[in-house]
Amino acid sequence: MKNGGQEIVLEFNLKGADFETAGEASSKIKLVLQQIGVRSDIIRRIAIGSYEAEMNVIIHAYRGKITASISPQQTELLVEDEGPGIADINLAMQEGYSTAPDHIREMGFGAGMGLPNMSRCVDEFSIESVVDTGTKIRMVVRHG
Amino acid sequence: MKLVDVQMVLKSELICGSEHLNKEIGTACGADLMSDVLVFTKGKSLLLTGLTNIQVVRTAEVGDLVGIVFVRGKRPGPEVIQMADDKGIPLMVTECSLYEACGILYVNGVKGCSREGGQR
Repeated sequence: MKNGGQEIVLEFNLKGADFETAGEASSKIKLVLQQIGVRSDIIRRIAIGSYEAEMNVIIHAYRGKITASISPQQTELLVEDEGPGIADINLAMQEGYSTAPDHIREMGFGAGMGLPNMSRCVDEFSIESVVDTGTKIRMVVRHG
Repeated sequence: MKLVDVQMVLKSELICGSEHLNKEIGTACGADLMSDVLVFTKGKSLLLTGLTNIQVVRTAEVGDLVGIVFVRGKRPGPEVIQMADDKGIPLMVTECSLYEACGILYVNGVKGCSREGGQR
């Protein structure tokens, strides 16, 4: 954790297919937000965006990183992965579209709601992806 | 309705979290899709589900859910119970099916998570 006065920066490395620890990064981000007194409904939105993105990396990518930059005004989540990338982002943003295999669906994920959920619960959402390279998602939730 | 009342009407067994039984539940949600749970529940919702993996507890933590009821007598493994205990999320198991458990809670006045609360 780096705390440059006004901003706290948290970084977490993620490993593809590591379902045992999936969600720990989001859990730790949530804990820090609680400790610094961010409103609980705001924390919930940040945690949902972070958790959906974290699960996407675990499900689809080889490895990735979540960086949470927390200032008094907002939390920015940057989620970058090395993986297969997304060929058609517009299609991936549609509710119900999924490329996840059956064993992921049996765990309760991979129903094609991850990206739409992320964009719905944050104030700013952007996604870039290069096939066979990886995906980068940026989300911002304002605290006020 | 409090969690202790949920335990009674669903004739469920408490697996962990006895210290939380006096917590009120606001709404309830029956689902096996965790993304649906995240987007449709509100804080202080109760989750009823047939899934028993560790992601269910993570989802409850992230979504500020008040507890989890496993239906059809399904019991989670020890690592799932341990995590729920650590996170302060009470777990129960009922022999009811998901449909029956949701129905019993609904007729006992527990609202759903849609905007209208599933009002008739």
